[in-house]
Amino acid sequence: MVAYAARVEVSHRPGIADPAGATVERALPALGYTNVTQVHIAKVIRLVVDAGDADAAHAQVDEMCQRLLANPVIESYEVFITALESAS
Amino acid sequence: MSTRIGVVQFPGTNCELDVMWALGELGAQGELCWHGDAAINGVDAVVLPGGFAHGDYLRTGALARFSPVMNAVTDFAAAGGPVVGICNGFQVLTEAELLPGALQKNVGLKFLCQTVEIRVETTSTVLTTECGLGQRLRVPINHFEGNYVCDPLTLDRLRDEERVVVRYTDNPNGSLDDIAGICNAGRNVVGLMPHPERASDPMLGSADGVGLLRSLVAAAGARLAA
Repeated sequence: MVAYAARVEVSHRPGIADPAGATVERALPALGYTNVTQVHIAKVIRLVVDAGDADAAHAQVDEMCQRLLANPVIESYEVFITALESAS
Repeated sequence: MSTRIGVVQFPGTNCELDVMWALGELGAQGELCWHGDAAINGVDAVVLPGGFAHGDYLRTGALARFSPVMNAVTDFAAAGGPVVGICNGFQVLTEAELLPGALQKNVGLKFLCQTVEIRVETTSTVLTTECGLGQRLRVPINHFEGNYVCDPLTLDRLRDEERVVVRYTDNPNGSLDDIAGICNAGRNVVGLMPHPERASDPMLGSADGVGLLRSLVAAAGARLAA
């Protein structure tokens, strides 16, 4: 088994309002950043999972997302897997 | 033997005693059900009250869904038992997929604590049999995530099957189609953001929630008699 670091990015699905992002987007021009659009605020969840290989780690974290970490009605997610130790 | 209504207490729930009191005023016996217990002890109805179950960590209702008591609540609902989720309880019911859709942050990013007017859109649910169709009720809301959302197909179904139970007359939170509460296909599971128990006595500013709670007590009584 190899330890893999997983980074899960959970964000609003397209079409779902992101009031926090919209508020930040309205605030940035006050600092002079008038060229900013499409501000979105997302959540990042980091965890370490022991798995046989990167694909297995990815599949398991994906399942966690579907069952708990994200709500598919309003959220989409992306999973990024990095090996912490090289397989020997 | 009076009707027994289970009031589920998660860590972070904070409206359970208000619900117990309001049900008691209507002649029912409220019974606290701890979230860690896997049974609901043969109660005739279940209320998931408001609060911040499990601190609302991750998402509102997301962790409460996995509390042991929810298996018993899910079985009870599947057997036709009356289940009502108020505010955070509504959020738990959507996360548990006992009701469709989800509740996202209010438009305007404000926590809303105010009395709103809602309209009864159907009287054939466990929460509205004692109300009049089209009746307007003044009931408090107290939430950050009350903005109901679902996909267009689900919304069509909710409308076609008359499963929108109550609508806001002046939408405070951006909720889709002014939805304040919905029910399942069996009409025995209802979730709503407004708090009927906070409008259960004239001294609280409104007693308009009494009809809703009386409906639930009646549904529980019918189950007890059956």
